[in-house]
Amino acid sequence: MDTLTRRRFLIASGVAGGAAVLAGSAAIGWRDLAGHAAANPLPSGAKVLVVVTLYGGNDGLNTVVPYADPAYHGARPELAYTADEVIRLDPQLGLNPAMTGLAAQFRSGRLAIVNGVGYPNPDYSHFRSMDIWQTASPAEPVGTGWIGRWLDASGDDPVRAVNVGSVLPPLAVGSRCTAAALNPGGNRPLPQDFATGLTALAQQDRGDTPQDAMVTGCYRAEREVAATFASIRPAATGSVGGDDLAGQLDTVGRCVKAGVPTRVYAVDLGGFDTHADEKGTQQTQLGTLDTALSSFVTDMAGDPRGRGVVVLVYSEFGRRVAANASQGTDHGSAGPVLVAGVPVRGGRFYGEQPGLNDLDDGNLKYTVDFRTVYAELLERVLDADPQQVIGYAHEPLGLLA
Amino acid sequence: MTTTGGAWQAAARLVRRTGFGATGREVDAVLAAGSASYVRSVLAAAPDPAPAPPPVAPLPRAPKDASADQRRAANRQIEGQQAQVTTWWLQRMVTTTTPFAEKLTFCWHDHFATSAQKVRSATWLLQQNQKLRTLGRGDFRTLAMAMLTDAAMLRWLDGVASTGTSPNENLAREFMELFALGHGDGYTEADVRAGAKALTGWVARPDGTTYLVPRRHDDTPQTFLGVHGVDDAASYCDAVLTRPQSPRYLATRWWGQLASGDPPSPALLEALTAAYGPGYDLTAMFTTMLTRPEFAVAEGTLVVGPVEWLVGVLRALQVPVGDAQVARRTVGALRALGQEPFYPPSVGGWPGGQAWLSTAAADLRVRLAAAVAARADLSAITASARGNRLDAVAYLLGIASWSSRSAAALTPEVGSPARLVALAVNTPEYLVH
Repeated sequence: MDTLTRRRFLIASGVAGGAAVLAGSAAIGWRDLAGHAAANPLPSGAKVLVVVTLYGGNDGLNTVVPYADPAYHGARPELAYTADEVIRLDPQLGLNPAMTGLAAQFRSGRLAIVNGVGYPNPDYSHFRSMDIWQTASPAEPVGTGWIGRWLDASGDDPVRAVNVGSVLPPLAVGSRCTAAALNPGGNRPLPQDFATGLTALAQQDRGDTPQDAMVTGCYRAEREVAATFASIRPAATGSVGGDDLAGQLDTVGRCVKAGVPTRVYAVDLGGFDTHADEKGTQQTQLGTLDTALSSFVTDMAGDPRGRGVVVLVYSEFGRRVAANASQGTDHGSAGPVLVAGVPVRGGRFYGEQPGLNDLDDGNLKYTVDFRTVYAELLERVLDADPQQVIGYAHEPLGLLA
Repeated sequence: MTTTGGAWQAAARLVRRTGFGATGREVDAVLAAGSASYVRSVLAAAPDPAPAPPPVAPLPRAPKDASADQRRAANRQIEGQQAQVTTWWLQRMVTTTTPFAEKLTFCWHDHFATSAQKVRSATWLLQQNQKLRTLGRGDFRTLAMAMLTDAAMLRWLDGVASTGTSPNENLAREFMELFALGHGDGYTEADVRAGAKALTGWVARPDGTTYLVPRRHDDTPQTFLGVHGVDDAASYCDAVLTRPQSPRYLATRWWGQLASGDPPSPALLEALTAAYGPGYDLTAMFTTMLTRPEFAVAEGTLVVGPVEWLVGVLRALQVPVGDAQVARRTVGALRALGQEPFYPPSVGGWPGGQAWLSTAAADLRVRLAAAVAARADLSAITASARGNRLDAVAYLLGIASWSSRSAAALTPEVGSPARLVALAVNTPEYLVH
């Protein structure tokens, strides 16, 4: 029975129900996959998407600062950055003082900033709004993430998308496939005795529920992931290879340089929910993002395969324009999205900066639907049909050369 | 493979869902006593007093002009205290004679998720933990009010920074969305803003006592959720808890924690909310949930999270965790698996289901199980003849029977009891219930 027929058979026979998660990866067969990257490397010229999720709702107005607008200073006198404090990118907008590295990337043309990104009828719940961004479905909750649906539509190899970290985010879960996951601290192969046992546990059984099938599916994928990433080692020193953002991106960089055939990586950074004492907290977080991301972009620009890497940075919402009494800001709506890498037409702004005098109940009105950015990335980075994956099409912003 | 019947399997499910893992002996006892009597007794039992919580004295705040070195030292002290509290709770979960009390406490911690990442006081977090343990089976209004005025919660959701002149919406919003009502209730942004005003003015002392400062509080009567005159935490709480959606939200969320990954049927939901009734009676709701036929037949949909998994393995294998270094390493393992107690990723608590079943988690779990099994009491297995060891390991872990897939995977390992156990706790039968 060939690959496709076998999977169709499994689904049609209802062996594992609708959630025949990863049934496809079993059908690849248990050939020896050691040296996967060498035998089946990322094709030359193929692009790679790295999704950086900032959890908590990053304050966009203090990230990409409209420093020249009096309304900005009026709305948040204690939180605002002055024209002298920001890193000015043009006569209107500047970056948070912590973002020196990304400012340099902007000037060298490797960083693009999309202003005012959001969606209709903003939801001020972290969870619902993050869900909307991760599922690309603003109108109604759906059970699959946008990368998960790309996996569903694009083949069987479980290493096509990789989450760095053991807990899968919703964006990485499809109805048939899920992203693989790597431990940022390193991925030593399991001892042979256990590897044999896990291979046996990966078999499906007649009585499996969809959840049982998730367990066995993840074991099948684990065997493949172990073979693919066995040669990827974290650096021996420092925090590199750790679970902070720099460590996560270091793992991604090593995989890319090794030619692993992964097309999407997901990493994240939390701590952006700044209801109180925002300035210092956000500056620390943006500094962490700046250091990790700018060195990653530089590192990738110097590698032949790395030159195909495109990074997307987003958060579930921006924050309220006006500060609260706790020197913080409450949940808001639209915010900037960063897109970085060699293939990016950087050094410029896309979309319109929402007006600070034209607010919706204290919140910014979005000017760019986030799915417009996703659609362009799906089409130009992942060679996929956005209509098929996210059910959305729009004229591209032209972010990619 | 084993010959245990459906009644034994149902009893095993009950034991696992009301604690951390199970052993065959516990299941036998429940089968003998009857499940209704078991449910009554575990809900009535006072939480095991041992081990007593560590003494974490409130630390003075670092002075505003503290040097970087002083701040680092203060941070280390806070983290040292928090590590003591975290290992204490883990040891408690592993050794307690009242596992359901700890399971409920852990689930309430997931429900009112508060993180030490932001709440830099082990004193406050320990107090919150004790409130969840003592109030988690009483009436929900008392628990909800305790959380609305809890020092750790007020810090976590910025209640302590919320004043009449500029209310902070965080607590008012998340209490409705995540703690008591659910996102689908249809409350508006105006409700969030009005509710935030009613909750203004609370402050906390380093010892964890909290009180209302009248000049920081906005006592203007608000119209909130259609109720006029809401002007303080109590009237805010009542307006939320008396919404018809509130009991349905609570019952649905708890059904998802204890029984099934599938939502409750309308009839079941009706029964659960009727039991909860006008008295906000949590014990009645839990009793109904655990004794309904739907609970006994729900199976194979609930993915076991890292804490339940690891604590269950340690309990079944009687691995001692009293040693501080062992306990710290165990906490480290939970951190790697993404579920360190006192560090939920956000106010929404931990994810569930598929999120726990990544390839990286599989790898970690197998290594961890091997390390634990190497230190375990495996006499129950070694005492059995090889031909009976699959049954012996099933009984040890409270598993009614192995699928033919799992039996085929385990059979080659009957000669190496540690590996047999390490694989057994990674079967779908153990990871899903």
